[in-house]
Amino acid sequence: MAQLQQDKEKLNLAPKKFNMWIFLFTSFMFFMALTSGFIVYTGAGKGHELNFKIPDIFIASTAVIILSSGTMYMASKAAKGLQFAKQRMFLLLTIALGIAFFALQVYGWYIMAIKMQIYFANPNASRSFVYVFTGMHLLHIFAGLVLLLNNLRKSNGKTPQVKNLYSMEMSSLFWHFVDIVWIYLYVFLLLNQH
Amino acid sequence: MSTLAVHDHHGVEHHDHDHEHHHNETFISKYIFSMDHKMIAKQFLITGITMAVIAMILSILFRIQLAYPDKSFPFLETLLGKNFAPGGRLDSNFYLSLVTIHGTIMVFFVLTAGLSGTFSNLLIPFQVGARDMASPFMNMLSYWLFFTASVIMLSSFLLQTQPAGPGWTIYPPLSALPKAMPGSGMGMTLWLISMVLFVASSLMGGINYVSTVLNMRTKGMDLWKMPLTIWAFFLTAILGILAFPVLVAGVVLLIFDRSFGTSFYLSDIVVQGQVMNFEGGSPILFQHLFWFLGHPEVYIVIMPAMGLVSEVMAVNSRKPIFGYHAMVYSLIGITVLSFIVWGHHMFVTGMNPFLGGVFMITTLIIAVPSAVKTFNWLATLWRGNIRFTPAMLFSIGFVSFFISGGITGIFLGNATLDINLHDTYFVVAHFHLVMGSAAIFGMLAGVYHWFPKMYGRLMDEKLGYLHFWLTFIGAYLVFFPMHFMGLDGVPRRYYSFTEIESLKQWVSVNTFITWAAIMAALAQVAFLFNFFYSIFKGKHATQNPWGSNTLEWTTPVERIHGNWPGEIPTVYRWPYDYSKPGHDEDFIPQTVPFSQTMSSNLPHDFEDSPVGDQEWVNTSKSNEHVK
Repeated sequence: MAQLQQDKEKLNLAPKKFNMWIFLFTSFMFFMALTSGFIVYTGAGKGHELNFKIPDIFIASTAVIILSSGTMYMASKAAKGLQFAKQRMFLLLTIALGIAFFALQVYGWYIMAIKMQIYFANPNASRSFVYVFTGMHLLHIFAGLVLLLNNLRKSNGKTPQVKNLYSMEMSSLFWHFVDIVWIYLYVFLLLNQH
Repeated sequence: MSTLAVHDHHGVEHHDHDHEHHHNETFISKYIFSMDHKMIAKQFLITGITMAVIAMILSILFRIQLAYPDKSFPFLETLLGKNFAPGGRLDSNFYLSLVTIHGTIMVFFVLTAGLSGTFSNLLIPFQVGARDMASPFMNMLSYWLFFTASVIMLSSFLLQTQPAGPGWTIYPPLSALPKAMPGSGMGMTLWLISMVLFVASSLMGGINYVSTVLNMRTKGMDLWKMPLTIWAFFLTAILGILAFPVLVAGVVLLIFDRSFGTSFYLSDIVVQGQVMNFEGGSPILFQHLFWFLGHPEVYIVIMPAMGLVSEVMAVNSRKPIFGYHAMVYSLIGITVLSFIVWGHHMFVTGMNPFLGGVFMITTLIIAVPSAVKTFNWLATLWRGNIRFTPAMLFSIGFVSFFISGGITGIFLGNATLDINLHDTYFVVAHFHLVMGSAAIFGMLAGVYHWFPKMYGRLMDEKLGYLHFWLTFIGAYLVFFPMHFMGLDGVPRRYYSFTEIESLKQWVSVNTFITWAAIMAALAQVAFLFNFFYSIFKGKHATQNPWGSNTLEWTTPVERIHGNWPGEIPTVYRWPYDYSKPGHDEDFIPQTVPFSQTMSSNLPHDFEDSPVGDQEWVNTSKSNEHVK
C-alpha cells in the first residue's frame, strides 16, 4: 500500500519571528544593564546626581518617534490589505520620522554640549550616562532604519506577499520596541534629573 | 513550496530526500560557510579543541615559571622571543598576560562556545526532531563571528607590547588605562574587540537554540519528553541571552573610559606620578556589571555538561535517569538563582555586610539544586548495568569533580570565610575543579559519546581509557594541593613567591603541581591522536552504537542534509525507557509507540496523556491476566 503524503516543508517563518522576540529581550537586558549601572553609580556617592534639566528638545523627539510608531502601524495595515502604494507611502513617512528623530537627538547633544556645557567626558559620570543612553539608542534607531529600507525595497508588489509581510512584521516589531525603549529612557531620565 | 512524497511502507528505507534545497553543494558551502547544524557543530568543536590546546600550552608556560622561579630556560626565549621571555625567564608582565588569556580562552572560547556551540548545534535539531536550526544563516554567522573573535584574541600574541593582562575579569582601572601596564595597551583593545564579537556570536547561537527548542519540536515531543541534554542547552541559552547583554553594557562603558575620556569606572588616578583628570568613577560599578554576567557565565559553562552527563549516564547505566523531573526543576532553579548571587564575587569590595549576607544566603541555596542533581546522578548509577565506555568514565569523573569542587564552594560562599580565602589559591582550586575540570570532562564525555553521530565512526576505547585515567589523576594532582596553598594564604596571580618569606615553602608544591600538569597535558595527546585518527580511520559505527533511546540515533549513519530521509519520526514516550521490566530489549526508543510494547506498559506511562490512552493500560493489564 502506497500512501500519499504532503511533506510539510514549506517556508516556516514562525521560528524566525520568534528569534526577533528573543533578540528584543537581549536588547532590553542591555538597556536595563545601562540604567541599573546609572542607579548604582548615582547611589554610590554625593554629587553623582544628574542635577540639570533634560533639554526640552527631547519632548519633540519623543513626539516624533511616537508618531513614527503610528505610521509604522498604518504601513503594516496597508501591507496586509495588499495596498502597496499606501504601504510605501507610510514606510517612507516612518523612515522620514526616524531620520528626524535621529537629527533631533543629535541636536539634543548639541544643546547639552555647546549650550549647557555638559560634556560627555565628565567627572560626574551620570551626565556621561545621558550620552550613552541616547547614543546606544540611536544605534538601534539606525538598525531600525536599515530594516525599514529593506522593507521599502520589498514593498514593490513583485516580492511574494509572504515575504513582504514577514519582513514588515519583523521590522515593525523592532521599530515599536525601539520606540518603547526611548520612552522608557526618557521617563527614566526625567525622574532622575534632580 | 511543498513537495509530494510517496512513502512505500513495505519498501526499504528511503534515502532520496526530496527537500526543496536540493542544490549541489560546493566545497565552500559544505565545509566552510556551511549552514548545516551538524557541520557547524563540528566547526565549533574543532575550533574549540584548538583553542583548548593553545590555552593548555599557555598554562604550562606559566606553571614552569611558578615551579622554577629562579631558573632560566633558554627554549622559552627561543619560543616566545626576547620581549616575552628575556634570558629564558618569563617576563613578569607576560606572566599576567598568560594567565589572562588562559582564563579568557578557557572560560569563553572553549567552555562556552566550544561546549554549547558544539553540542547545542549538534543535538538540539537531532534530539527534538528538526531538520535544522530556526535560522541556519544566523547559525553560520554565529560560528564565523566566533572564529574571527578567536583569531583576534590569539593575534594579540603577535603584538610587540603584551596581550591583555588585567585578568579574565578585566577589572578597571588596569583595563581602563591603556598606560597602566604593558598588558593594558593594544592587547586590551584587541581583547575587547574580540569579546564584543564573541558576545554577538554567543547571542546569535543562543537565540537560535531557544527558538528551535520552543518552535521546532517534532510531533509528540512535548517539553516533558525532551532529553535532559535539551533542557540543559535550552536553559543555558536563556542564561546567555539574559547575561551577555549586561557584559556588553559594562564593556561599552569601559571602552568609553579607555578611549573617550569619560570616568565611569575611574577616580583619583595617578599614572607614573602624573595625576589623570578622571574623577568620581566607581570601579565597583564595573564589578557589578561584570559579575552579573560572570556568575551566570559559570552556569553557562557547567549546565550543558550536566545535560550531557545525565544523558550519557542513563544510557550507560541502562537505567532511567533518577528523578527526571527533579533534574529539570533543579536546572531551572540553578538558572533562576544564578542571577541573584553575583555579589559573592565582591564580598571584600567594602559591600554593606547586610547585602553580603543576602548574597551569601542566595549563594548557599544554590547548593540545594546542585546536590539534588548530584544525588540523582549517583542514584542513576546505583545498581545499574554499568558499561564503562570512555564517555561513561568521563561522566563519572564529572560527578567526582563536581562534588569535590562544589564542597569548597560552600566555604567560599560564606562572606566571613571569604575574607581569608578571597584571591588565594583556594579559589583557583575551587573553580578549576567545579567548573574547569568538571565542564571539560562533560565536554569530553560528549565527544566520546556523540563522535559516531558526528563522523560515523567510533573512537578507540583503549586510548580513551588511557586519556581518562591520566587526565583524571592529573587534574586532582594539579588542583588538590592548591586548596592547602590557599588556606595558607598564597595569593593567586603572583609571578613568583621567592620574595615572600612565608610563602617560600610552597615552591616545592608548585614544582609538584607543574609536573602533574605536564603529565595531564601530555595525556591530551592521546585524545588528540584518537580524535583526528578516528575521523578518518576509526571503526565504522552502527546506527545506534550505544543502544540509546533518543531521536538522533534514528537518523542514518550517513548524516544527510535534513537529518531524516523521510518524514521526521513521531515521539511517543520519554527518552529514558531503559531496562523497562517486561520488554525484551533493555531500551525502547522514543519513536516506539506504546501499542508496540504491550508487555511493558505501566499505568504510570499514561499519567499525563489524553484519556483515550487508558485503553492501553487496560489491555495490557488484561494481557497480564491471560499470562
